Amino acid sequence: MEPTGWRTVIRQAFANRSFLVGFVITALIAAMALASFVWTPYDITNLIVADRMKGLSGQHLFGTDHFGRDILSMIMIGARNSIAVAVVAVGIGMGLGVPLGCWAAARGGWVDEVLMRFNDVVFAFPALLSAVMITAIFGPGAVNAIIAIGIFNVPVFARVARAGALSLWPREYVLAARASGKGRALITIEHILPNIVSILLVQGTIQFALGILAEAGLSYLGLGAQPPMPSWGRMLFDAQTRMMVAPHLAIFPGLAIVITVLGLNLLGDGLRDVLDPKLRRQR
Amino acid sequence: MSLLEIENLRLDIGGTPILKDIDLTLGQGEVLGLVGESGSGKSMTALTVMQLLPHAASAKGRVTFDGIDLLAAPETAMNRLRGNEIGMVFQEPMTALNPVKTIGEQVAEGIRWHTGANRADAEATAREILDRVGLPQTKFPLNRFPHQLSGGQRQRVVIAIACALKPKLLIADEPTTALDVVLQKQILELLRDLVDERRMGLLLISHDLAVVADMADRITIMRHGEVMEDGETARTLTEQAHPYTRQLALASMHVPQRRTHEAAGPSTAAPLLSVDNVVRDYPGRRASLLRKAEPFRAVDGVSFSIIEGQSVALVGRSGCGKSTLARLILALDKPTAGSIRLDGADVSSLDEAELKPHRRKMQVVFQDPYGSFNPRHKVERLVAEPLHLLEKAPSPAERREMVSQALHEVGLQPADMDKYPHEFSGGQRQRISIARAIITRPKLIVADEPVSALDVSIRAQVLDLFADLNQRLGVSYLFITHDLTVARAITDDVMVMHDGRIVEEGKTGDVLDHPQSDAAKALVAAAPDLQRALRKRLVEQG
Amino acid sequence: MTAFLLKRIGIGFLTLLIASVVVFSVLEILPGDPALLMLGMNATPEALAAMREQMGLGDPVLLRYFSWIGGMLVGDFGRSFTYSSPVIELITERVIVSLPLAIISLILSTAIAIPVGIFAAARRGRVGDTASMGLAQVGVAVPNFWFALLMIYVFAVWLRMVPAGGFPGWGNGIWPALKSLLLPSLALALPQAAILARVTRSAMLEVLGEDYIRTARAKGMPRQYVLWRHALRNAMIPVLTIMGLQFSFLLAGTIIIENVFYLPGLGRLVFQAITQRDLIVVEGVIMLLVASVVVVNIIVDILYAVVDPRLRVRT
Repeated sequence: MEPTGWRTVIRQAFANRSFLVGFVITALIAAMALASFVWTPYDITNLIVADRMKGLSGQHLFGTDHFGRDILSMIMIGARNSIAVAVVAVGIGMGLGVPLGCWAAARGGWVDEVLMRFNDVVFAFPALLSAVMITAIFGPGAVNAIIAIGIFNVPVFARVARAGALSLWPREYVLAARASGKGRALITIEHILPNIVSILLVQGTIQFALGILAEAGLSYLGLGAQPPMPSWGRMLFDAQTRMMVAPHLAIFPGLAIVITVLGLNLLGDGLRDVLDPKLRRQR
Repeated sequence: MSLLEIENLRLDIGGTPILKDIDLTLGQGEVLGLVGESGSGKSMTALTVMQLLPHAASAKGRVTFDGIDLLAAPETAMNRLRGNEIGMVFQEPMTALNPVKTIGEQVAEGIRWHTGANRADAEATAREILDRVGLPQTKFPLNRFPHQLSGGQRQRVVIAIACALKPKLLIADEPTTALDVVLQKQILELLRDLVDERRMGLLLISHDLAVVADMADRITIMRHGEVMEDGETARTLTEQAHPYTRQLALASMHVPQRRTHEAAGPSTAAPLLSVDNVVRDYPGRRASLLRKAEPFRAVDGVSFSIIEGQSVALVGRSGCGKSTLARLILALDKPTAGSIRLDGADVSSLDEAELKPHRRKMQVVFQDPYGSFNPRHKVERLVAEPLHLLEKAPSPAERREMVSQALHEVGLQPADMDKYPHEFSGGQRQRISIARAIITRPKLIVADEPVSALDVSIRAQVLDLFADLNQRLGVSYLFITHDLTVARAITDDVMVMHDGRIVEEGKTGDVLDHPQSDAAKALVAAAPDLQRALRKRLVEQG
Repeated sequence: MTAFLLKRIGIGFLTLLIASVVVFSVLEILPGDPALLMLGMNATPEALAAMREQMGLGDPVLLRYFSWIGGMLVGDFGRSFTYSSPVIELITERVIVSLPLAIISLILSTAIAIPVGIFAAARRGRVGDTASMGLAQVGVAVPNFWFALLMIYVFAVWLRMVPAGGFPGWGNGIWPALKSLLLPSLALALPQAAILARVTRSAMLEVLGEDYIRTARAKGMPRQYVLWRHALRNAMIPVLTIMGLQFSFLLAGTIIIENVFYLPGLGRLVFQAITQRDLIVVEGVIMLLVASVVVVNIIVDILYAVVDPRLRVRT
């Protein structure tokens, strides 16, 4: 990849259609989540049974749920939950996975072998199954959902960081740094990390999107954020039994998930095109 | 009428002009050398003839092959011509073959497609041509996969594919650039024999004037997408009517001005570097579960020494162990046995912390001017990297001063230190690489093929710089190269390495003029030499 | 080849061994008394003691671990307390729902994704490519359980073509059973197909840029021939990797999808067992699922070697 200042990268990024669309969607969702702290169309702690399961109207843009709560307000507040879970889960994954992957690549030998075998083990557990197990055992709730999703991000980032670092270690500029007497840790910080940032960023957006999907799944199973805290997955669960009479209950929370994940994926695709056109488009 | 005629060919890719008014002709049984430095448009000319250009390309002008207008020919007609009437050989043999298909399938496939032969007949024909290109049945059955073959052998398979149906025209795009000189000679001889035998026209694309002078009847010299000069090879290259032709010819024969270093003899001075009986084994590939793997011995009992100010070349074919030896000397790898002493200290037994004071005395210059720099750092930081080895870290101002001095020494401007490496050309990057190597005032610089990725005119300038630094700073060199002209240009002594051992050593001139060992003889005989090739041509023409 | 295979199988066993330790210890360090959890707060001390005895809680940890492992090796997964029947019976009852579901989904997603990916790569940048990849981009973003809900609404509630949930069992004829698996397998397969189609396309495009594709074209082979005979097999290597990973996703997906459709499969079994703290069932099912992921990974490794001769010699 040709090195370019971050300013050029940003300019190229906004010229990329995927990135632009993804960025706008993601920014809107984030803005919606932030706005919900200060304002929502209705107060959702106020249950008005008389208004239950109203359809779409001027008063309630997306209708109301079985407690008479405004769906739009619920979706806005639910966005907080989804974003928070995904952000922290990606943070855990990167924070632990990247150092582990870099260490494995720098050290090689048995350290590498042990870490990779450990990765194999984690990958052998169907991710959601283990998250279900963890949340069920330690009690349902947003915090445990975050930990459960975060743990399964660790080997993903470890693997990506290791692969990136391994491809850089035989480079001549790394050899030159070694000939300059620099140790593995210093070389990793000065030469390896800055050059794998782009692939980590791209993987970050992918894992962020997967995190939102996983959180929705856990909440749907009743293992994520607990009522009365609204979450998109939980709203879909509540909608299921009432779908025959009020299909809008299921449509809007689902669309919120799809649009958020779509936005993040577009953002990731755009980033990848801009930062590393040669990088394999894998998902 | 000639076999191939190109008139007024213009080529644009995505609106950028690549070729401007190219004219060339090639007759049956004739060899045309197409010469130029990187970016001159040689390969694009070849791909235009094949009609295998990238999507965004648009070609105008006239390209006729055997009376057929290729630019107007529909895809189906081109499919009938390619591989049947026109064959092509590419530069990179390691990636030119499909890794999941056997060599037999890949050769027979084209035969079946063009002639409609059944599998058995096509395979018989494939067998014949593979035998012809030097891959006999006993050692290379049809069911071999490409990864089981070496680079030279793979290039033979590619040639077999291209020549299987006795095409009238063969296009070879830098067919030997990725190979060492000995393999280069073998492949060029094979191409020449095939051309003579079958009266094929050969369009030989190369950046190497010596190779073209040796092979081509006529020569076309290109630069920046234009034809500079064309004509009969020996006349064009001896008369050098066009200034660019002259520049290219001079650069390819360039020898830097330098006074040879008269060694006082190892007895009087302690050697700067002494390598004593060094061995490096790599774990081999296990043949089966029960048998333990035989280790592969990359370096096998090598001993030599270099005194201060001496410039030594280490030459050998690819895979002879010379780069492994360089890594051992630079203490980037540990020898399995033996010792390496630098200025009296046994660097092969020290750990990284103990090595630090010794590393300052030796630095390195690599081959690839693009891969040797962290693309995210500016020149100042790149050149200053070895300052890490100083006992006392310099202040930022001192650091800039030292970098500025080093850049000045290699012929760059102090202002260049605030740029990124991608803002420089290949030759300038190699200068930055050298600046980084000299900033700690080392006593020894190990240079691993430092000019082989550069165009000839740039190469001459970088060789001058090496020679100049040797005299001004008294720094010793260990030059690792497969190119004898480089060794001859700037070294006092030469060592020839073969299969992990040093098989011959002596004064550079003596060894290159009167090689004793088989390995050295093979290298010398295979090295392309422009003057020798021209002399031979002129003698043949009388 | 055999050495390669033996090494993969060895790694598989190692993975299973570590996984068993992890599963066992996670459930072992559970806060609270399992017997108390099982019997509820009102249990008498005598009943609790009897329960502890029956669960073997008095034995040393290592002894319990090895008897659990040893039992599983001979097909004895222990006895469920909530269902009062051997775990192995529960599992076999449920496998005949989950396994066909997983297989149908895998077949569906592969059968849709690979042709679409090849088609898109062959028509790169044209309408067909843009349209199918746009659809795939959306498909990747759709949560499978939401997609399932929408399908239930359209096909079961509205059009009344298929049942909205439940499973009639294989005893009442194959057709009704398959019919009730149709929506669940579509719900699992389509989001996976979207991912796989994108991977197939990008793998094809990458391979089509390789030098040996140019060699084949220089031989005079037409574009279509090169696409099918030269590019496809090379592109299968990354596609296989993703298919292997997807199997694991599919297994996890069954937990949610079986809950959406009230299918009595393994996913629903393990979910219910977790909420009811029926640990012996949880342990057994998880080990079974992990083992199946390990086996699929070994199969993928074998397929790698079939596709790519370079891997056949590597140990």
